[in-house]
Amino acid sequence: MKQIKTISKGSVKDIRNKGCGECQTSCQSACKTSCTVANQECENITTKRR
Amino acid sequence: MIHLFTFKDLNIVTDTESGAVHVVSGTVYDMLSAAEHKKDRPFCVDASTQREAKEEIEELVREGLLFSEPVPEELVSPELREPVIKAMCLHIAHDCNMRCAYCFAGTGEYSGERSLLPAETGRNAIDFLLEHSGTRRNLEIDFFGGEPLMNFGVVRDLVRYGRERERELGKHIRFTLTTNGLLLDDENSAFINEHMDNVILSIDGRPEVNDRVRRTVAGGGTYEHIIGKLRRFVKAREKAGKLYYVRGTYTAYNKDFAEDVAHLASLGFGNVSVEPVVTSAEEDFALTEADIPELCAEYDRLADLMIEREKSGAPLSFFHFNIDLSQGPCVFKRAAGCGAGTEYVAVAANGDLYPCHQFVGEPAYLLGNVNAGNFENRLFDTFNTAHIFSKPACRDCWAKYWCSGGCHANAVHMNGDILRPHELVCALERKRLECAIGLAALAQM
Repeated sequence: MKQIKTISKGSVKDIRNKGCGECQTSCQSACKTSCTVANQECENITTKRR
Repeated sequence: MIHLFTFKDLNIVTDTESGAVHVVSGTVYDMLSAAEHKKDRPFCVDASTQREAKEEIEELVREGLLFSEPVPEELVSPELREPVIKAMCLHIAHDCNMRCAYCFAGTGEYSGERSLLPAETGRNAIDFLLEHSGTRRNLEIDFFGGEPLMNFGVVRDLVRYGRERERELGKHIRFTLTTNGLLLDDENSAFINEHMDNVILSIDGRPEVNDRVRRTVAGGGTYEHIIGKLRRFVKAREKAGKLYYVRGTYTAYNKDFAEDVAHLASLGFGNVSVEPVVTSAEEDFALTEADIPELCAEYDRLADLMIEREKSGAPLSFFHFNIDLSQGPCVFKRAAGCGAGTEYVAVAANGDLYPCHQFVGEPAYLLGNVNAGNFENRLFDTFNTAHIFSKPACRDCWAKYWCSGGCHANAVHMNGDILRPHELVCALERKRLECAIGLAALAQM
């Protein structure tokens, strides 16, 4: 493509084997007053990378 | 749904329902903008450029990367969750050795008496978490306060106890600690660096900014008492390869908070978070919706600082500009949010249980007591049904799968309705996400 560069295809629709609940609780990470999940990792993916 | 914005000289389009992110030409940007607003506009480019742009847009639509259909809500609703508790905010001290003007815990006592968590109550809290964790292996305990270092012997005791119990049950507890740093010394630092997965160090930035609101018990400034200790601690922590964040709160007194992040970075703190104060509108330092344009411009300045530091070989990690575009959390997590009142609880120094630390001391949110062994999560349904699909403001928000719906406590305390997120915080969250996505896109160009 000449006019569009895709940076990410996203992962919202990937619902296979997910929802395990093993990932970090977002509010515990550094904020305690907000709720963002954008900066969190999937525990399954992280574990596989290790 | 799509969202269009510019970041530096990039035209960026996000597709809400897939999470896709694209950098596009001016022609594509104008075409998508016209489509989004359902307006016909004349385009100042030749016909072949327009045709090419149109074909590329249509290809992405076919691939499900633009204007994509939503994930069926019934497949990913947080309401499918089991009632499992996996994370705990453990209030080691309902007392503090600082007197910060904006503290949501009063000045550490959470509208009760000043007290320290007894070790036995702490052990009961750990047992409670383990008993309610179901099949979850990874559990979290944050040692919080007040100031947890005022009761550090109990922290040591509870880490030892937690390690014993996790071995027995095949679980893994991640311990974290949030401190103002005033009582840090070499001995407790060594223990913290050995056992804590993450440490949050509270400081607001420049000396005059910090000292205006973060005061000693006697009313003096705290900066000079903590800065050396924090730097020494972080040096040791980085050497150990462990995670930390210095975390500040910004208020109406320092809407130029990028200067505070720059100050902290200049002192060698590589991981920084600053958060907008959430407080009563009557306070002098409260932020209001009228401040939003100025605060958004400040996040742009902060993004500039990040770019400069990256170029100079001294990159800075700002908590809210970190984003994982390659994967990130699954949609179940994105829809559910922080887990307060469902998989996350707070335990007060007297053993009382609440949906999260921000509700501690509020009788309407009391769920039981770990010492008495009584627990009835009568608010489970209230919290479990408060998610991005049920909050009207979230349903139509482009940022919903990155934000996850906002802080429940903020919604309750500011709007009196758990389903109505705090608008000021929403606006700032959207801006931070634009900067985060923009920085990630810039890195790939």
